[in-house]
Amino acid sequence: MTTTHAAASPTRLTLLPQRCTLCGTEYPAEANAICAQCLGPLEPLYPKHRVLPDREDIARRAPSLWRYREWLPFSGEPVHSHDTGFTPLIEAPRLAARLGVARAWVKNDAVSQPTLSFKDRVVTTAINAAHALGLGVVGCASTGNLANAVASHAARAGLSAWIFIPEDLEPAKIINTAVFGANLVRVRGHYDDVNRLCALLADRFGWGIVNVNLRGYYGEGSKTMAFEIAEQLGWRLPTAVVAPMAGGSLVTKLRKGFGEFQRAELVNGPSPRLYGAQASGCAPIVRLVQSGAATLTPEIPHTIARSIAIGNPADGPFAAKAMVESGGWGAHVSDEEIVAGIRLLAETTGVFAETAGGTTVAAAVNLAREGRLTADDEVVLCITGNGLKTTDVVRDVLPAAPVVDAKVREVAALVAERG
Amino acid sequence: MATTVFLPAILAKLADAKQLQAPGETVGAVVNDVATRFPDLGERLRDSKGEPYPFVTFYLNDEDIRFHGGFAATVRDGDELTVVPSIAGG
Repeated sequence: MTTTHAAASPTRLTLLPQRCTLCGTEYPAEANAICAQCLGPLEPLYPKHRVLPDREDIARRAPSLWRYREWLPFSGEPVHSHDTGFTPLIEAPRLAARLGVARAWVKNDAVSQPTLSFKDRVVTTAINAAHALGLGVVGCASTGNLANAVASHAARAGLSAWIFIPEDLEPAKIINTAVFGANLVRVRGHYDDVNRLCALLADRFGWGIVNVNLRGYYGEGSKTMAFEIAEQLGWRLPTAVVAPMAGGSLVTKLRKGFGEFQRAELVNGPSPRLYGAQASGCAPIVRLVQSGAATLTPEIPHTIARSIAIGNPADGPFAAKAMVESGGWGAHVSDEEIVAGIRLLAETTGVFAETAGGTTVAAAVNLAREGRLTADDEVVLCITGNGLKTTDVVRDVLPAAPVVDAKVREVAALVAERG
Repeated sequence: MATTVFLPAILAKLADAKQLQAPGETVGAVVNDVATRFPDLGERLRDSKGEPYPFVTFYLNDEDIRFHGGFAATVRDGDELTVVPSIAGG
């Protein structure tokens, strides 16, 4: 494969065409994510012989997800959201010891820019896709983090945003969307009701709904988490990755991203085993993996992990396939375990994750207990959102802070009491 | 006894209509009537085993039919059956 230095001259942003992942039918660049022949998902079609950068080329670029632009669905220079990506990969020896694995790292998208979740990645590619297509209105169906990201990225791009969320979302996620001036609509029902509505709205209004008709371009942003893990580990791959699953896209795109870097000869060695984590109160993908069933059975969500509460996940079968083919598996955890996972991560790594992160950590604990993660493993845990957005789930389980007068003797008494 | 069937744009062109009236006492019977009249559309509503096509979701009066027996779900006169592509969201 050719790995000469990529051209860097600024050019107008254009979108790549798309191809159906099931039947192979090709389509021009447009706001459409579904094959007209078989209704399968479309993905961008990359030129076979494009010039790819080598490790040194990439290392010289700015620390954002655009350092991997040859694997993103554009030609020309990005217009919006230049600052997203390249979040920290933090080694977590105390967490590794708790899991009983050789080494562990946290891929910390809880500090993603600008909205503190991995959804900044997918919205970065979607908002540039909307720009390339000349769309003036973007939107989404969201469990919260995507709502924050679309509202923020649209605001600074000067686009109008229509954002649809379940009625009962966490207050922080509602505020973190409304503040950007978006048209925010709360829909009675679960996320799957919101998603169905948005699929119909895309037809009706012709908006660029990022996870409906821009979905093929949107999803590619997730691959950059895999690229960053590989580069930040020193151009090598972990043996296992644990990631939360909502619609299932992240796990699928992690597998695609690791594979693309292997084919580009930027990394060597076997692909990581991929483990998907869900809440027991909404675990249709994990149950698909564990049962070996031919079709996914949808569920009505009942969990505190609202950001991953998707009962009818569009990428569920693809995520299940990615996990099984990688040698990985799925794990679901109770709401109590999710809260314990948030606390374990915080107390061993200093990272405060939202409920999806607690799900990931708790799933890793269970996978280690079951012997699926072993003493030889080097594991990356994907932390996709910030705990400041879901403080309500931990507020009541944390110890109350004592109140004292401003006197040394009162603190001395506390110190003596706590040993 | 008729059910109104709403089609997404990507399927409406196969019936030359965004909505249709179809008789039947179950969702399966309604879909069978539509598929008989519009065979190309039928291939995107049912798979080769006669089960719901994997890349569409059927909603009977806003409820996913998989929670109500799938194609065996009972329909009543005036019900609405909405077909939505399943590749969306997340």
